[in-house]
Amino acid sequence: MKFTWFNLMPWPYLPDDFRETHRSVWVDIDQKLFDPAKSHEVYNTYMDLLEYADTLGFDGVGVNEHHQNGYGIMPSPNIIAAGLARRTKDAAVVVLGNSIALYNPPVRVAEEFAMLDCISGGRLVAGFPVGTSMDTNYCYGQIPSLTREKYQEAHDLIIKAWTTREPFAFNGRYNKLRHVNIWPRPIQQPHPPVHIPGGGSVETYDFCIDNTYSYSYLSFSGYLRAQALMNGYWKRVEERGVDKSPYRAGFAQTILVADTDEEAERLYSEHVSYFYNRCLHVYPGFADAPGYRTIKTIQTGALSQYAPPTGGYTQLTWKELTEQGHVIAGSPETVRQRMEDLIKGLNVGNIFCLMHVGNMPADKCMYSTKLFAEKVMPKLRNMFPDWDHDNRFWTTPLKDRVAAGRLPAQAPTREDLMKTYAVEA
Amino acid sequence: MELKTVRTRHVPVRYFEGGSGPALVFLHGAGGVTADDPLLAELAKAHTVYAPLTPGYGDSEEAPEIRDMLDFTLHAWDVVEALGLKDPILVGHSMGGMIAAEMAAIAPNDVSRLALIAPAGLWDDAHPIADLFATLPYEMPELLFHDAAAGAAMMTAGRDVTDPNFLQTYLVTNARQLGMAGRILFPIPERGLQQRLYRIKARAVIVWGDSDRLIPPVYAHAFKRGIAGAELVSIPEAGHMITLEKPKAVAEAIGRLG
Repeated sequence: MKFTWFNLMPWPYLPDDFRETHRSVWVDIDQKLFDPAKSHEVYNTYMDLLEYADTLGFDGVGVNEHHQNGYGIMPSPNIIAAGLARRTKDAAVVVLGNSIALYNPPVRVAEEFAMLDCISGGRLVAGFPVGTSMDTNYCYGQIPSLTREKYQEAHDLIIKAWTTREPFAFNGRYNKLRHVNIWPRPIQQPHPPVHIPGGGSVETYDFCIDNTYSYSYLSFSGYLRAQALMNGYWKRVEERGVDKSPYRAGFAQTILVADTDEEAERLYSEHVSYFYNRCLHVYPGFADAPGYRTIKTIQTGALSQYAPPTGGYTQLTWKELTEQGHVIAGSPETVRQRMEDLIKGLNVGNIFCLMHVGNMPADKCMYSTKLFAEKVMPKLRNMFPDWDHDNRFWTTPLKDRVAAGRLPAQAPTREDLMKTYAVEA
Repeated sequence: MELKTVRTRHVPVRYFEGGSGPALVFLHGAGGVTADDPLLAELAKAHTVYAPLTPGYGDSEEAPEIRDMLDFTLHAWDVVEALGLKDPILVGHSMGGMIAAEMAAIAPNDVSRLALIAPAGLWDDAHPIADLFATLPYEMPELLFHDAAAGAAMMTAGRDVTDPNFLQTYLVTNARQLGMAGRILFPIPERGLQQRLYRIKARAVIVWGDSDRLIPPVYAHAFKRGIAGAELVSIPEAGHMITLEKPKAVAEAIGRLG
């Protein structure tokens, strides 16, 4: 099993009456709600928490990309990842990911990911999402019905840039480059493992199967609602005649651990409510630009994961959110049982653990994270013994890596330097 | 109006044909056009009307290879050619007006009469055009009609919004139609027409509703300034869907082209 500690990085200061007084948490969110001075502490706390997860033995630390978004103050995940590459030791740096249709030219992603892989010593997991319609179309102005074509071209260019050992010309529809020759290139060969966040389209299933990429379903509505979609994926895997390694799939799940189920509710329910009621308050006009989804996807009924359940999240109590699986919360034993159901039910080897939720303060987050790492994670390690050897979807770091801060505390004296660089007489 | 099909280089194109008289080609807006469109009926009284559907509209086939403004413009010329027409009266509404203006700019000697009805294609920072692609269905009538209540009734006529299949059909139609329209209208409905308007030689009439809240009438003056000798006809108590709200007045204005 691979457990990645993930932080969406929500802005924790949305007002109590946010839903009533604001139309959207995304795209045209009220500028006045962001306080740059406060963000200084928010960013540093969130990065501290990611680094803390590394010390507890999580397999990865994860970041993602959103724009103009009140629950994700991370328009450039690579900046956070650069900090993590320096300050974490063993965890994979999971960037899930860069919306590659938005970079001009996309070789920028090939370069930055290569830098992250080099700095981290081969610990990068590279995510290539198409990007949500809010980010890609409404914030970044991409034409909805051409977004996928542009994405595909960007993907082909990045992989070619990573794997070609001499300069080449790339004559794409959206990218015309005479001299592609990225410098540096990644440590991991032929390239870092690739994870593709998807929302239920058959085209994306096939794309992952064809390229041996891991398919990640990043939903906020929990594992029970994800069953149908993941069944569709595994059915496709079977139809295509490839193995059903659980590492072909990943799933994001909000997880909160306390001493008892009651304590979990008492400690965390206000933060869960903050997330589901304020952070997911997206104006429906921004949910799905016409043409962004393929007709096939609409026809299969895989509509926006951002569309709240009928009646909206406001109606959902802690009890409902936990029982329906949006959130897995409770004592270590409760969480273990439910995680086991999730892992077996969806057949997923990569878990993106959303262990910070809404406006949760750092102390509660550390408490929950530590309980999960010490009392839950060890008991879930051996879920897929048959696939332990399967490393196609995870990192292959250098054996000997250097860490940040290894220079001597003091600059050498002149005498020291003379000794080190003594010239033979 | 009769629904017919004509072959073009890219896809078979569906078009409405009706009436008698001089040939007139009508290019619809982003919302599409139907057989019972009141403006087509008015125009058909004195013209042979051809109203082709943009690929992906109605039941017509999609054309993935039509991506940008030049593709749209040349495709529209391909349709005129395929219909066997020479110098028809060229009329376009909204997105169709944008395409018609581009057609007249790219081939100025092939268009002698041009009617632009609340066309898209220009942008003025001081008067931003509302984002049609972030507008919810229930917000549309206010944006598109002078009389929002009457407009809402027109938009939902013949549709059973309580039918569970309605939403999916609606989403598919939207994805096909507005997905295609988005290629020249998203996120800003401007693709450089301003710098090409000067090429238009046609006798032009510009028709605008006084209460157009989608593309405000200030744009009418920008088009008038851009096209030499253009005549502006302003119609009171009409919004952006002037073709539905004041079809007679629009047809009369087009009639001035002879």
